[in-house]
Amino acid sequence: MKKFTTMMTATAVLFSTTAVSAAECTNDTWNRVMSAGKIVVGVKADYKPWGFRNTDGDLVGMEIDMAQDVADTMGVELELISVQSSNRMQFLEQGKIDLMIATMSDRADRREIVGIVGPNYYTSGTNLLAPNALEFSEWEQVRGKPVCGKQGAFYNQIVEERYGAEILAFTGNAEAKQALRDKKCVGFVYDDSSIMADLASGDWDGFGMPMPTEDDNPWALAVPKAEETCVFGRFMSGMQYNWHKDGTLIEMENKWGIQPTKYLADQNERYTDWLAE
Amino acid sequence: MLDAIQEFFRQIAADHPTWNFIFFYEERQWGKVVSGLWMTIKLSVICVIFSLIIGIVGAAMQGARNRIVRGLVQGYIQFFRNTPPFVQLLFFYFALGAFTPTYSPDGWLEVPIISNVGWAVISLSFFAGAFNVEIFRAGVEAVPDSTQEASEALGFTRLQTFAYVVLPLALRVSIPALNNNLVNLVKTTTQAFVIAVPELLYQAITIWNDHPSAQNPMMLFLFVAYLALVGFLVLGMNKWERSMRIPGYGA
Repeated sequence: MKKFTTMMTATAVLFSTTAVSAAECTNDTWNRVMSAGKIVVGVKADYKPWGFRNTDGDLVGMEIDMAQDVADTMGVELELISVQSSNRMQFLEQGKIDLMIATMSDRADRREIVGIVGPNYYTSGTNLLAPNALEFSEWEQVRGKPVCGKQGAFYNQIVEERYGAEILAFTGNAEAKQALRDKKCVGFVYDDSSIMADLASGDWDGFGMPMPTEDDNPWALAVPKAEETCVFGRFMSGMQYNWHKDGTLIEMENKWGIQPTKYLADQNERYTDWLAE
Repeated sequence: MLDAIQEFFRQIAADHPTWNFIFFYEERQWGKVVSGLWMTIKLSVICVIFSLIIGIVGAAMQGARNRIVRGLVQGYIQFFRNTPPFVQLLFFYFALGAFTPTYSPDGWLEVPIISNVGWAVISLSFFAGAFNVEIFRAGVEAVPDSTQEASEALGFTRLQTFAYVVLPLALRVSIPALNNNLVNLVKTTTQAFVIAVPELLYQAITIWNDHPSAQNPMMLFLFVAYLALVGFLVLGMNKWERSMRIPGYGA
């Protein structure tokens, strides 16, 4: 057993690439972005209205506006790369993107992989897009029933474990929503804010968001883990602080037709300049 | 012993944040791995059996006198062999799935009679079956005409000739190529992931979505699991090949 242990440990050490935490700041990402004059930001392409493709095929949305503001402030060009929930952290780890603003919920185990810096720029909870015909009102009603979801969402597991739903997790939103329209499941478990945006789009007549919103969870943008407590991480904290303080996020929320959230109003209040008129 | 192993992997996870073998010490995650593995095994075994049946029947139909029957088989092969299995799965489940009869347990839900697992079996079996038809055809063509003529001379019907003379010989020629295709089939079952069939890859990705730190170990586990699965298959096929060997026949 001891020999086996030694061998496995040796193998694990051999394979681990990011195990060593940076003790000193080398600011690699920051320096590369500044010298290349271009920042690569990973955003969503299927998450209206935070990150999606418009009719011309361009990536637009609230998070793209945020990315643009970051690039403008740094004085560099912006390049957008579309990421998915299931690969966004890997893209950042591998250096394919410099910054990730991709509707990611801030979770403890994610903080171990990528450099998450506060203050959180948004928050959302879990709800269900479900047909009105089923007259749902509480989560317990989905017990033992098929519920569509999307691979990569942390609340799939919660709904499965807490309420005994059978989660059918698809790779993309489009497939999951199609399965719901095909009546293969009783609902689509997703972020309440995104469901509201869907309902507002008018494509979902006869559907509603019947459950009490659960597990309100702040969203986080992320820089590479090594940059977390260095220039880039500190800079992104500052960006978010200012977005809250001067009401930029509330304006964007308005612009993209997102239902005003109490969280943003509270944060705006909290960071108000005490000398402001 | 079990505790020691669990403790060992807990320690690795603590020391190396990207090597969290969570499924070795958390029962719920282990349950997912086991159920995924079981689904993959079921899917593989059923698809292998169906694809073999399709292959044999298809090869027999290719030798039919009727031109329409031969054309149908040819069309089937061209369609299933020349389109990506990924697209086939999506098309079958979403497009064709809309036309299958459904029943409704609660007045709204329309549960199709053919589930996503059912469509995966159908789609993957036909996909691998198309290759099997061609493999068996090659085997059939390798059987000398004189042998067939001899069986005809003995008064065998066409079907009897195929079943008792041509197929047993063709099978022996086909085994190596068949081996390759079935190995591919087992690996292709991972694509059932797109229609949410909870096989091994689906469960693995679910685990690493919930626990990002478990991605590397999970991928490593996937490699080992498929090596083992395919290893068993190849071992069985080799054994079969040896047991069917006719001294002096073939190479």
